[in-house]
Amino acid sequence: MLVESIISNGLAVGAVYALIGIAYNVMFSASRVFSFTAGSVGMLGGVFGAILISRMGMPVVVGFLLTLLLGAILGIITEIVAVRPVLKSLDQHLYVLSTLAIALMIQQLTAIYFSTDAVPFPRVIPIEPGIFDQKFWLPILACILTVLGLEYLSRHTLIGRAFLAIAEDNYAARALGLPEAGLRMASYALAGMISVLAGFAAGQLLFASLANGPLLNFYGFVPVALGGMGSNRGAVIGGLALGLFQQTANYFFGGIFSSVAVFIVFIVVLLVRPEGLAGAATARRV
Amino acid sequence: MTAESAPTVGGAATSSTWLPGWFEAWFPVILLAVVGGSLPLWGDSFFGIIATRVCVYWVLVSGLNLVVGFAGQLAIGWVSLLTIGAYVASALAAGRVTPEIPAYVALVIAAMFGAVFGFIAGLPALRLRTFYFAMTTLGLSTIVTQIALAWRSVTGGGVGIPGPSMPAPFDTPWGFYYFTLILALICTWMTCNIAASRFGRSLVAVRDAEVAAEAVGIYKPGLLMTVFLFSGALAGLAGGLFATLQSYITPDAFTFDLSVLFFIAILIGGRGSILGPLLGTAVLTVLPEFAAPLVQWSTFLYAFLLLVIVLLVPGGIADLLDFRNRKPLDQHREIRPRPELLTKVLEDRKRESVLELKGIVLAFGGVRAVDGVDLQLTTGEVHGLIGPNGSGKTTMLNVISGYYAPQQGSVKQDGTDFTREGSYTRARHKIARTFQTPRIIGESSVIDNVMIGGTLDGHASFVEAMLLLPRQRRDEKHLREKAMAALTLVGLERIAGVRADRLQHSELRFVEIARALMVEPSFLLLDEPAAGLSVDEIERLGELIKAISRRGTGVLLVEHHADLIFDICDRVTVLNLGKVLASGSPDYIRSHREVINAYLGA
Repeated sequence: MLVESIISNGLAVGAVYALIGIAYNVMFSASRVFSFTAGSVGMLGGVFGAILISRMGMPVVVGFLLTLLLGAILGIITEIVAVRPVLKSLDQHLYVLSTLAIALMIQQLTAIYFSTDAVPFPRVIPIEPGIFDQKFWLPILACILTVLGLEYLSRHTLIGRAFLAIAEDNYAARALGLPEAGLRMASYALAGMISVLAGFAAGQLLFASLANGPLLNFYGFVPVALGGMGSNRGAVIGGLALGLFQQTANYFFGGIFSSVAVFIVFIVVLLVRPEGLAGAATARRV
Repeated sequence: MTAESAPTVGGAATSSTWLPGWFEAWFPVILLAVVGGSLPLWGDSFFGIIATRVCVYWVLVSGLNLVVGFAGQLAIGWVSLLTIGAYVASALAAGRVTPEIPAYVALVIAAMFGAVFGFIAGLPALRLRTFYFAMTTLGLSTIVTQIALAWRSVTGGGVGIPGPSMPAPFDTPWGFYYFTLILALICTWMTCNIAASRFGRSLVAVRDAEVAAEAVGIYKPGLLMTVFLFSGALAGLAGGLFATLQSYITPDAFTFDLSVLFFIAILIGGRGSILGPLLGTAVLTVLPEFAAPLVQWSTFLYAFLLLVIVLLVPGGIADLLDFRNRKPLDQHREIRPRPELLTKVLEDRKRESVLELKGIVLAFGGVRAVDGVDLQLTTGEVHGLIGPNGSGKTTMLNVISGYYAPQQGSVKQDGTDFTREGSYTRARHKIARTFQTPRIIGESSVIDNVMIGGTLDGHASFVEAMLLLPRQRRDEKHLREKAMAALTLVGLERIAGVRADRLQHSELRFVEIARALMVEPSFLLLDEPAAGLSVDEIERLGELIKAISRRGTGVLLVEHHADLIFDICDRVTVLNLGKVLASGSPDYIRSHREVINAYLGA
């Protein structure tokens, strides 16, 4: 029972981290910029679900689609307000501050208009809870579908290839006449949707809680940083490993130990290999 | 002390202002002393508590300002150090781990813990990119709160723990206010001193022109770690004071909102300023207190302010207060170097020295940018390095100055091999350089930019600089005089106090030369110094370079202006496709058939 519980919890939480990591990656690929909003928007996935379905009594499907739509809108707002204006001076790293500002505003608005406490999330599928409950497999399913969807998008659609081109070489892509700004906005919308999907799918596991914002922000970034920026495979493997490790450590040594251990591993690995375990070498400076 | 040797924050040089230099330099200290000292005369006890809060926050922010505002490191989670300081001081004073410890001692130990954790929190900044570092400080602040909640025997967990209580005369609200005010004044004074020292200038250089900072010998990790220790100590101290002010602390007291307040106070104030962040801290602390409905919205407002500042006024309050740089500059400025003044900047070099490169090979991926090049520079000579675009000239220069480690070959000076030493070691070997695109700190004054070049000349330690001890004053006086001499030499002395980003491109080239001369180089590497200069200016530049070499400095000149090369070079090497095509006297090169075909044209 114990092993099953650790594995199902670990994989489920890990899938949520992986999804947030993928959201980071999608934004990074399109703009060479990380955004602090990934975790906060993920937190909103749970909050929107709780508001739309539990409080307002919408059908699950409608609530889910509306949540996705709101996530996309938030992504677009982030791109227009906090990313596009500062891309010109990338070397000043202003995006760190502007996206942090948006994330803080999201957190504060949620605290004021929703709640500062964790709120239960509705059952998504009306079946009896079991050992391997939907709260465990929903995040995993969401993660698998997202990875497959992105894979399909980039291999079999024109727009997906355009995304790849932008990620590979921004200038060349623009020279070829690709609508770089539009595609960037689209990928921020996509990233917003992936983030809220993570929060929605994990609603029954993590609840609709303000505190999820910073947690998802950090633990979603860890697999990206360790796995190498832009690599979705790294994000998924890293995310699942992180989730399993946390649950194991949680059970045997307590939550503090696992937080401290993750933090130390994160810093030590990055100090030894700043480009991540699977990353590429750095660029020229002079 | 005289006005001349007073430190000038933000760098007014000898430019005349209507205020004495010391007044301007220590204006933040004076302002704080006058307003803070007179507060009990015009404010009630409610004011007093808010003002105490401002002082406590400012103790932390003044240190963090060096990290964020000067060094440009985005440490957004600094509340973690406040938390650590608060719990250390409280736990010690309450006798949770040891027998009860007097409040003063507890504060000192809290500062020491703060320093250690500031160091640890800063470690990732040495290698990680900005977003990563911001993220790690964020992670640290979450973890510290979790530990405070869980470690009940020491921190009291969610129930909390009483803060240390001060002995008389600081045990009353006004008494404690004066205690924090004095500490805040000392912190302001110390950070003003650091800002005006070579450490402060180096921090800004690392932030805005990292590559140039390395070229003049600034060792970034050492510098940053010193500042993280200092800033951590102040944060730990502020934590102890915060615990006393709150009189009882729980993990809830250390929300991330506080971190945001500290961070945004600095950004609102403006980078590289002390007065600005001081005002920022005061405004952000006071504002929500006087508008009760705002309290709930304060973090939202801070975040909104952050966004507005980043997008609209990246310079912050300091920029709005910078009246000196609003005065229009003379439009028709001409650069007239005075080579005859070289004696004041460069010692006459008697000893001959040789810089020898052998068999340098450097490939980027499959491209062999440099493919087995030999090059020998001698002091007292101008050596021209020419060739078509992409022939490996700048790459060679970067190998000499240590930005690239060649895959094969060696760089030796009089037999000392430093092929694989980092770029920051080159200034110690008396090798200086300029850059193809000038690497200038735009927000600093011209003379501060030049003084950066003399960083290795400074003897005073960080502590001496912080306390403005005699050795630091001597350092500063010497550096300022030398920089002024170098500026006069290149003909820019009249704009010494002007912000460097207001200069014309051609002027920046000469600022770079002045900065390089501050190293008193045995070898000076110039990367296309004539690009963008007028014909007259090129001619004067040529005379200057020639004069520099006659003082005993070896000059390596990478250039496209053939006239300049053949006028002043004693020896010319031609590169083509990463290999030496020809090397010899200017006359020999000029008549070399292959060189004419490959590069010079008929």
